[in-house]
Amino acid sequence: MSEPQRFDPATAAPFMLKHGHVGWLGLKYRDAGEDWVELELPWREDLLGEKSRNILASGPIISLLDMASGMAIWNTTGVFKAIATLDLRVDYQRPARAETGVIGRVECYRLTRSAAFVRGVAHDGDPADPVANMAGCFMSIAGDTRRVPE
Amino acid sequence: MSRSDEPALELPAYARSLGIVLDRIENGLPVLAVDFGSMVEGRPQHFHGGATSGLLEVAGYAGLREALKEQRREHRLKPINITVQFLSAGKMKRTFAKARITRLGRRNANLVVEAWQDDRSRLIASAVMNILMASPDGD
Repeated sequence: MSEPQRFDPATAAPFMLKHGHVGWLGLKYRDAGEDWVELELPWREDLLGEKSRNILASGPIISLLDMASGMAIWNTTGVFKAIATLDLRVDYQRPARAETGVIGRVECYRLTRSAAFVRGVAHDGDPADPVANMAGCFMSIAGDTRRVPE
Repeated sequence: MSRSDEPALELPAYARSLGIVLDRIENGLPVLAVDFGSMVEGRPQHFHGGATSGLLEVAGYAGLREALKEQRREHRLKPINITVQFLSAGKMKRTFAKARITRLGRRNANLVVEAWQDDRSRLIASAVMNILMASPDGD
């Protein structure tokens, strides 16, 4: 039997970002390093927060960072397995620029046996001038939760 | 001005396109809801944490706007931060969210927003939000 393949975000992204909520948002893969992943949320008129301003709502930015967190964890462990978000904190630094997409870059800075800690930023071109800062904690889900008797 | 003259709860474009609707008003605060569907799906047959967070956040703003309307105050609302706790998996069911305003100050508001499905005592997520209330035409 061959070794299971190491999780590769660039290879997995087209499939992972195609379906469901993140597919609807149109998230795109940008880049990855040893312990981080970068995704992009393209600007779209029907994702606006306030009607008077052409600025993306903050909800999709949380989705972007949540998804980038998951992929950063799988990229760091090298294994794609079910994880659950325990908590996620987003500090908004400034509004995103009008009619501009947002980039989410998240790193997994610490792994324990069952928890993964992540931090990241959402920015619109310059990572040093972020739209938001994020910190979160994830747990691995043992086995397939759908088979656990209620 | 009577209640019927007031515009119905206005939700942002993002909320409308995700399918978030006003379910009812409860003690003066809106209960928002979203049905399960592919647009909110994360891992198969479950809500995506981002979609749940989006619902919590929209419910937070909607609740705060109602509370401000009650006090005849007009502000431009700006997000400061949000911390979401994910408490149990969101299943393939209609999900509700409602805000509780913990503190309504002059410049900032602190809210707790809760999301549940068919059992209100079993929350699927909750959020704490700080929102800046700026003057309608600037900071």
